[in-house]
Amino acid sequence: MSPPSPQATGIRKLSLSFTLIALACLFFADTSIITTNPWGEVGNIGQGLITPSFTSPSTLLTSLMNTLAFALIGVVFAALLGMVLAHFFEWRVVRISCAFIRSIHELFWALIFLQVFGLSTLTGLLAIIIPYTGIFAKVYAEILEESDQTALQRLPIATSRWSSHLYARLMPAWPQLVHYTQYRLECGIRSSSVLGFVGLPTLGFHLESFFKQGYYSEAAGVLYLFIAVIALMRFWAKKRYLLPLLVIAFIWLPFQVSVDTDLLYRFFSHDILPAPLRQEGPLTMGSWSQTLDWCILLFKDQILVGSWNTLLLTQIALVGSGITALLLYPLISPLFFTQRKRTVGHLFLITLRSIPELIFAFVILLITGPSMIPAIIALSLHNGAIIAHLIGRYTEVIKLRADSPTHGNRYAYEVTPRIYKPFLAFLFYRWEVILRESAILGILGIQTLGFFIDSAFEEFRFDRALFLILVTALLNILVDSFSRSIRSKLRLSTSPEAQ
Amino acid sequence: MMKILTLPLITLLLTCLASPLNAEPFVFTAIPDQDETQLQQRFNKVAQYLEQTLNVEVKYVPVKSYTAAVSAFRNNQVQLAWFGGLSGVQARRLVPNSMAIAQGVEDEHFKTYFIAHNSSQLTKQDTLPEQMKDMTFTFGSKGSTSGRLMPEFYIREQFKKSPNDLFKSVGFSGDHSRTIALVQAGTYQVGALNFKVWDRALADGKIDLSKVSVIWETPEYPDYQWTIRGDVNAKWGEGFAQKVKQALLDIKDPELLKSFPREGFIPASNEDYAPILDTAKNIGLIE
Repeated sequence: MSPPSPQATGIRKLSLSFTLIALACLFFADTSIITTNPWGEVGNIGQGLITPSFTSPSTLLTSLMNTLAFALIGVVFAALLGMVLAHFFEWRVVRISCAFIRSIHELFWALIFLQVFGLSTLTGLLAIIIPYTGIFAKVYAEILEESDQTALQRLPIATSRWSSHLYARLMPAWPQLVHYTQYRLECGIRSSSVLGFVGLPTLGFHLESFFKQGYYSEAAGVLYLFIAVIALMRFWAKKRYLLPLLVIAFIWLPFQVSVDTDLLYRFFSHDILPAPLRQEGPLTMGSWSQTLDWCILLFKDQILVGSWNTLLLTQIALVGSGITALLLYPLISPLFFTQRKRTVGHLFLITLRSIPELIFAFVILLITGPSMIPAIIALSLHNGAIIAHLIGRYTEVIKLRADSPTHGNRYAYEVTPRIYKPFLAFLFYRWEVILRESAILGILGIQTLGFFIDSAFEEFRFDRALFLILVTALLNILVDSFSRSIRSKLRLSTSPEAQ
Repeated sequence: MMKILTLPLITLLLTCLASPLNAEPFVFTAIPDQDETQLQQRFNKVAQYLEQTLNVEVKYVPVKSYTAAVSAFRNNQVQLAWFGGLSGVQARRLVPNSMAIAQGVEDEHFKTYFIAHNSSQLTKQDTLPEQMKDMTFTFGSKGSTSGRLMPEFYIREQFKKSPNDLFKSVGFSGDHSRTIALVQAGTYQVGALNFKVWDRALADGKIDLSKVSVIWETPEYPDYQWTIRGDVNAKWGEGFAQKVKQALLDIKDPELLKSFPREGFIPASNEDYAPILDTAKNIGLIE
């Protein structure tokens, strides 16, 4: 037997150390379980799930159309902008700006734009376009980097920048770019729906209202509609339907936004200035030293504890997502199940990743009581299902030998080792996403950075909100650059060609 | 190909953006404090009533949170709002010259109920029970007067500690009805909420008293009120604010009053809410 390669040792060490870190985090996190009698309420939810109700179908359809329209326009615009930025991704300033804009969750973008544009189409679109542009730019750039470079290297020296981009870089990577964009559209529909939680007229608006009021049958109706739209995506989200759908989306959404420059001015010149600076004016020494005190106080009271909880939750949920993904991916892999069984598997994964984490977490909260557990489980299942989907699809290109083992042995000794590297790559991509989402679950009362951001918005302290958002963004950028360096060190790649 | 086709789309977008607005209607909103799903239907009736009485087009827009209601009011997207005590104070601080014009008959004497799951073995007392400490506790929405501000004030007053230091964990259910559901399920041992929501849920048979009961009620304080922007007269004519006030005070139709739910409306003023402002400053929600 040959000794393992240094790279294999590296991967083993990496997996082990992340698992140990997560275990250590579990030790520090509040993971107590207190149950008394949740089953009455859980029973009501269960009953709702089996008796879905579609009262006022016209409202539902309208909000479904809104959800799709926001997602389509948002994703298409973000994809175009992202593609342009991807071509300049070797510039540090582009890389950092993209990391910055995608590190702020779309719900927080929406909360910011709500102050300036009110509840309007523009708010919804910008909340999707901005973070998605950052995501597209990064992933497109990576796809272009990893695609076949032969054509590019053979070009005559005098070829113009745009021609070489178009013909020698874009074309070879085209199928992957399209594939990724389609996948992003699904994420866009999810995001668009979740924007309803802050008041935009999408499906999430009704889902949250029904759920909060305990109308579980109605909530189930909204949820099933949403799952159906995503499950049927491969029939309607086709390239040739894109333009007609886009035109319909534009006609559908109301665009009577009157951009109020006073509001814009007030937001930037007044609302987001730290309170002491706003009250005393920027010209006195006193106001600056008070601003410093303001920062220190915020740091002591909210940022330290917020970052600590955010990181604990993220590290545990990262490993949790990994374990979930490894357990679930065979459900949709042709190496393990027949086509018919895989359809059930697909539906299961779609359901897991379509239920908004907040709602997931609330149901678990009922059962386990308040601690970090609901957030951990919700994040792990949601993100695990997404990664399982990605690596499950990845196994479709694996060719097994005729005498390869079957069942458990095939899973443990044949397929899992072969997908382990792309699995890690997907997982580390997801790291910053989990961090971003953990901020959102702060709304459940766990004091993550998101909890304090949400409170600041509730108290109309936009100065605090923005400062905390900047800290969250910084944390995200750190995690992202760390993940990038791990991926490049171990040469983890998600595309089969680069293996 | 894509680029050629995006051009007409952008033109279309710009045309839509530039399309002239109709004569602007008078818009109002209400904080979504209970039965959010039926708010639209109920408040549309109120809009109809106001439209007939005021002779201008009146529209109701639903919002998702207390913050959204205040923001809409601040940004002049709504000119009138049915606020809670705290959200009203916040709104009037953000919009100079805005005024509280009417409150519900019940709002002069509002209360918060502290409720507990019966496994906590807390019973009804004259003060907040000492045994509460180290239990789990949930507020309602972060911006709620009866679900957050007042209970936090009384907790701090009695225990000289912040809720975070006092309780094992502190949640924000986001909604009064959900506070009931969470305490009834035992997810949180203790919770605090709007007494009217409790009374109504009790009357509707949604509460199982063998699982959850009221353990303390706060002293009375002023709560919900109608607040109007100061600049409405400039747009809808001199005396418009007064007309709106009168229209609200004149609501006698029980069907309409059920939307709030109140027995009727009485005049209110900004000064009535000074105690709320002081309390908010006291616990650090407002500087």
